[in-house]
Formats: sequence, C-alpha cells, structure tokens
Amino acid sequence: MPNALAAHAPHPGSSKLVITDKPLLRFITCGSVDDGKSTLIGRLLFDADLAPDDLIAALEIDSKKHGTQGEALDFALLVDGLAAEREQGITIDVAYRYFATEKRKFIVADTPGHEQYTRNMAVGASTADLAILLVDARKGILPQTRRHSVITSMFGVRHVVVAVNKMDLVSYSEEVFHKIEADFRDFAKNLRFTSIYVAPLVAKDGDNLVKKSAHMDWHKGPPLLGYLETVAIEDSTQIAPFRFPVQWVNRPNLDFRGFSGLISGGNIRPDDIIRILPAGRDTRVTRIVTYDGDLESGVSGQSVTLTLTEEIDISRGDLLCSPVSPAKVGDRLEAKILWLVRESLIPGKSYLLKIGTKITPAHILSVDAHIEIETGLADPLPSGAALNFNEMGEAKLALETAVACDPFSENRETGGFILIDRITNETVAVGMVRAIANSSGRATPALTDLSYASMEGVPVASHAESLAGHNRKMASFTLTTALLTTTLAYVFVKETTLALEIGLSQTLALSGLFYLHEKLWHAPAGQSDQPQKETIIDGGGL
Amino acid sequence: MTTVPTRALGHLDRLEAESIHILRETVAEVERPVMLYSIGKDSAAMLHLALKAFHPSKPPFPLLHVNTMWKFKEMIAFRDKTIKELGIEMLEYINPQGIDIKISPFDHGSKLHTQIMKTEALKQALDKWKFDAAFGGARRDEEKSRAKERVLSFRTAQHRWDPKNQRPEFWRLYNTRKAQGESLRIFPMSNWTEADVWDYIARENIPVVPLYFAKKRPVVSRDGALIMVDDDRMKLLPGEKIEHKMVRFRTLGCYPLTGGFESTATTLEDIIAEMRASRSSERQGRLIDHDGSSSMEQKKQEGYF
Repeated sequence: MPNALAAHAPHPGSSKLVITDKPLLRFITCGSVDDGKSTLIGRLLFDADLAPDDLIAALEIDSKKHGTQGEALDFALLVDGLAAEREQGITIDVAYRYFATEKRKFIVADTPGHEQYTRNMAVGASTADLAILLVDARKGILPQTRRHSVITSMFGVRHVVVAVNKMDLVSYSEEVFHKIEADFRDFAKNLRFTSIYVAPLVAKDGDNLVKKSAHMDWHKGPPLLGYLETVAIEDSTQIAPFRFPVQWVNRPNLDFRGFSGLISGGNIRPDDIIRILPAGRDTRVTRIVTYDGDLESGVSGQSVTLTLTEEIDISRGDLLCSPVSPAKVGDRLEAKILWLVRESLIPGKSYLLKIGTKITPAHILSVDAHIEIETGLADPLPSGAALNFNEMGEAKLALETAVACDPFSENRETGGFILIDRITNETVAVGMVRAIANSSGRATPALTDLSYASMEGVPVASHAESLAGHNRKMASFTLTTALLTTTLAYVFVKETTLALEIGLSQTLALSGLFYLHEKLWHAPAGQSDQPQKETIIDGGGL
Repeated sequence: MTTVPTRALGHLDRLEAESIHILRETVAEVERPVMLYSIGKDSAAMLHLALKAFHPSKPPFPLLHVNTMWKFKEMIAFRDKTIKELGIEMLEYINPQGIDIKISPFDHGSKLHTQIMKTEALKQALDKWKFDAAFGGARRDEEKSRAKERVLSFRTAQHRWDPKNQRPEFWRLYNTRKAQGESLRIFPMSNWTEADVWDYIARENIPVVPLYFAKKRPVVSRDGALIMVDDDRMKLLPGEKIEHKMVRFRTLGCYPLTGGFESTATTLEDIIAEMRASRSSERQGRLIDHDGSSSMEQKKQEGYF
C-alpha cells in the first residue's frame, strides 16, 4: 500500500544526520519522605547538565518561596510538580523524568515515599528495569526500605541500587556505610534481585552522583550515574517463549486479515507454527507486516501485525503462543494481589479482570494469606478474610471464561493483571499470577492441532462437513500419535514388541483425551464478555 | 515486497512500539475515538504513529482540529495539504462564541482567548460529536504538571481533571472503562521527549510545518518575544516596527501568542544540533504557560488538554 508521507522529499540536511538509537533504561526511585529522593533526581539532572536554564531560573524563585534549603537551590523543586504537593513538601504521585547521556536514555519514575501510597510505587515498579532505594545514612535500613524492596521485587524489578544518602551527616564514615550494606544484603537474600549495588552519596552536594566523591575515596565502585550507564540489563521477555496478545483484528478489505499486537515474549518468523489460545489450535505465520515493510523476524517489544495461513477465528483477547512452550489456559487463578482502593476486597463480588488484552468477569474465591510487605512473607488467613487498602495477599480467583496466561515469574507481560470495579470503573487491584488451573479439571490444551479451521465472516460449514472434518482430523491425529509414540518408545526401550505395546496404550489414552478436548473446546462460543469492537472499527470514519 | 532485517531495539523503536500499542488498545476498547490534531511537530509524529499502528488499514478515527482562527497561515496550509494527501477525515471546530465576539488575543488577552478558543472549544467539540476518547500529542517532559499525567487521563462528564483521582497504570494494562458522559484523554507519546520527537521526525522523514525552520520573516519585538506579523489583524503599538529577521519557532500555536527566536537553523540537522545545545526548555516560547507557576495545572483541571 502506498503511503503518502514516505513519498515526500527528504528533509533538507537529513541525509547527513546520524540518529543514534540508544539502549533505554527505566528505573524508579523509592525512599522515605525525608531521604532526599527528589533532591537526588533534581541534582542528577542538574549535574548531568540537563536542566534547562529557564527551569533553573524558575527554580531560584521557587527555592526562595517554597525551598527547604535556606538560600541554597532546593533541587527537589525541579522535580516536585503539583501545587498541592509543593505545599505539603512531599511528592504525592508518580512523576516521570527523562534524560539521556552519550550511552543511554533514561526514564525515571519518581515514586513517593509516603507509606499510604504503596500503589504508586507499584505502578512505577511495574515498568522499571531497576530500582534505586534511598536510605538515610543516619537511619540505616528502615521498615520503609524493606517495604520498597519487597514491592519492587514482587513487581518484577531484578536490579537494585541502594543509595546511602546524607553521608556528610555521618562524617563520611566507611563503617556506617558497610554496616548498612551488610544489613541490606542480608535482608535481600530472600528477594528476587539478580544484582545489588550499594553506593554512598551526598545528593544535595552531588557527591558520588556524577563524579566520584573526594570525601569517600574508600569507596571503589563507580558514581551513581556511571553505574546506571553501564549496568547490564537483560530483557527477560526476549528469551521467553513467543507470546502475542491479539489487540486488534486488522481488516482493511476482504483480501487482508491480520492480527495486530505487541510481541510480549520471544520472537517470530514467517513459517513458524503458532498456537492460538485459549482455543488450542495451531497455524502458521505467513507475514510479519509493518508500515515499513514485512519483517524477517519480530522480537519481543515490537508492535507488528501477523497474517496466518488459515482463516482461523481469532479475536481480540486471544494469545498467540509458541506451540513448544504454550501459555497455560484456565479459569482458576492463584495470584498475589495488591488492593488499591479504600473499600475493602469482598470475596464473591464480581469484578472485571484484564490480563494481556483479554477482559473477563471474575470473582475472588478466597484470600488465603496476607503478605507482610516488610518481609514478603505470607501469613495464612482464616476463611472469609478480607484485604484492605494497600494490603497484599494471596488469593484464588474464579474467571467466567478461561484465559491464557503465564506465571508472572516467567513473563511479567502475560502474568500480570488488574481488577476493575464494574460499578465505579476504578482499578481496584493489581495481581500477579502464580498458578493457573481449571474448574472442570480438564487438561490445558497442549496437543498439536494442525488441520481445519472455521472461517469467521463466511457461512459456517454444514454440520455434516464439520463432522467429516472432525473424523478426518481424529483419524489423522490417531495415526500421527501412534507413529510418534511408538517411535519414541522404541528409541527408549530398543525392543519392538514392548515399543508397540507402549505406543498402542499411549495412542488410546491420548486419542481419548483428544476426543474429549475436541468435544469440549469446539462447543459453540459466544459467551465472551468482550464486545465485538471490530464491527465498530470496520465502519470506518465516524 | 520489501523485507526489513531485524535490528536491536533502541529507544526510538521502544517508544514507537509503546505508542502504537496505546493507540491500538484505545481503538479496540472505546466507542468513538478521535485524534486531536494541532498541526505541530508532536501531532505530525502522532499522526505518523497512527498510520503505522493500523497499517494496512487507515487510522479508524477522524482527526479533530480545534481552530482558534489565530493559527499561522502556514499551519493551516500544511494541515490542508496533509489531510488531502493522506485521505483522512478531518473535523474542524471553532467556538461560535469566539466568532460572535470577534475574539482576539490582542484585545481580550491570552487567558480569555485560550479559555474560549481552546479549553471551551475542545469540550464543545467532544460533546458535539460524542467522542469518548481523544488522543493528544502531549508529553510528560513538556511541563511539570504533565510529568504526573497518566497515559490514559480520566475526565469527568464536565471534562475536569482531578490529579488526585487518576487510575494507576501497571505494565501495559490500561483501564478504559467509564460511565456515560465521561471521557478519556489519551497521550500515546507520554514518554517521548522533545529530542526524541525530532530524532524520530528525521529518522522517519515526517513532514513538518516550515515554520520550524529558520527563514527571513516579518517580526515585531514585543515583551521580550519576537512575534511574527502573520496578517493585518496585528496592529503595531507606538514605537514598534516590523523587522525582517531570520527566525524560527520551537513550538507552534496562535501566532500572537507564540514567540519566535533568531536562528540560522534551516535544516533538520541544524535544528537538532541547536536543540541539543539549547539551555532553555521547550515551552518557554509559549506565553500562556506563564500566567502563574501552577497555571498549566489549573488549566488542565478546567479541561485544557
């Protein structure tokens, strides 16, 4: 399809221009109210020469009006944005800051230290690669430090920097610093951090932020910015199995039907076989379509549109997966949840659950344990227990329709969900899947299923045809299974009679399961809660 | 068919993928989305992202231009050309009250002009066509109160923004649910910076209004800003005289409210180099932001984008 914009003459001078696409590091800063977190970020921006002159001029005025540093510049005011929080002198929400150095591009989520705003920190942590925990050198590891560590770890952050601030107030003492480092490392043993760096700082003076501190030559590690520029951050979703939550069915005309989404795990190439969940059918990718042309391969993090060999009925909310390691499918979830609103969690009440691009009604069956945020440990609760504002717990959920997802520990894009109140429309909880099960006890569809497909949008095949297709499929499945299992058994036992026996029994068992699976999964659909938005979209302009 | 080899994802790739994801999520979940198109570089980049997000389909929503009647002539010409070339539907809205009173930033002041022609006009336009979600090109790095804005900004039926009652956003999960009459402002480019936008415009070869490039233009120096004399509605004050200077604009809006600056940057490369060396923030040229230190926050609460 021709596109008008690309046909434009190049911008003058653009041919000489080198656009350097840099690696991106997202981090969050957490600390108690007075640890100097906003000062640290403000100072980092200032020292890295990134705060514009007119902002500095405004800062001088603001420092006199609202500042807490006497005549000196109050760097925290560079960062604190809203009028209400200026008056209170604390950050009350998540604020995002952006800066870049020669090596990296940074997105900073400045999250509040105030205890009642746990949810904001969870928001910041959910998209962060790394967390900076601010610690006051005079106070050491506080309950808040532990809460912040537990929350960031739980929300999937794997790298942490402990910034021991206000070292000037403990006479730049190496001993004090080492004690704090040892305390933290001991506490963090049970958390899921893969790297920990502890750095001594004086944020307001810029000591050890951009340049090494003259007062603390005993510290051998790099200054904070140098560390952030070089710390190795793996993108765990890139090595995960292929995952693609379908966002939107792309159907510009009768000749094109694609499925648009963002690759949330692994990679994909044309000709790869993919499994459509929860339906459990397999098909093959034909093209990876983008505005810039088809891709040879797509990787996790890219927004693309896939076309498939067969006209299979796929809609928003479906998850396309690697058939080798597919996601789990089930209508029962065990999850850790954080309750976000003042009205307590009510077991039995119906909410909407959104996971990936799928929305389904769900209710909480039980809250089984309360998670102590300072330790991360779970205390079992009596049945009927509730969960209050800002509390975390382990819960079981029942979903109205089965969804495809992964344990959060394996993929945070396909294992995290939110719960929405159906009346107030508020986001009442955020959750992380621990296990997926099925109410009926039937197995997750895991069998390869590469034959016919129903076509959406064209008259459905007659019952007889579909039955014939079904029988053909059954026969081909049985034959394939028999051959495969027998061969496999032969490889293992090296004895023909025994191998045939194993093959036969396996084939019978699997065919039985397959028959059941077909019966169950090909029952008429249509109870999906998701409105069919395609019809609206296909209507074109408004 | 061209096939594009895969390369490692850099920050522009990641920002692009994130924006596309947000555009698609919204379109899939809301009833009547619209894209606010203000003709500037951010709108140009956002429109380009929309073309990418839905390709080979066209973006499944119209553009909306809230016209104040005081935009630069070059902006309107660029707008009409873009729309024609892309074959995309564009709606234009002008607040009739502004026509009635012959609104003028010169006579009525920037505050009233902005209130009537932008804030009120936007609300009227969204109500008129019953849009329940409007995409905007605002970025968090533009201004302090924007830094705390969510990607999906929830507005009451009166279009008010309550900074303390915004929905938390986790991972890529956006909650688009709302009651009748309530609406969403959606900022797909929340995480972009000014530098990212220019780098992207260069990389993707996105056309922008020529006013961003330096050229000899008729300007008057007023209150420390260079105001371009774009038409004869601009009356000279005693002692003022029109000078022809090499100027360009860093942001674009209503010409009487947009300060230009002297520059020799005539190419994209020059612009990017100039911006990298710049020691002032982007919205400095915007006269409306300086009505008071928290004025943007106040405007947002009243329904400004």
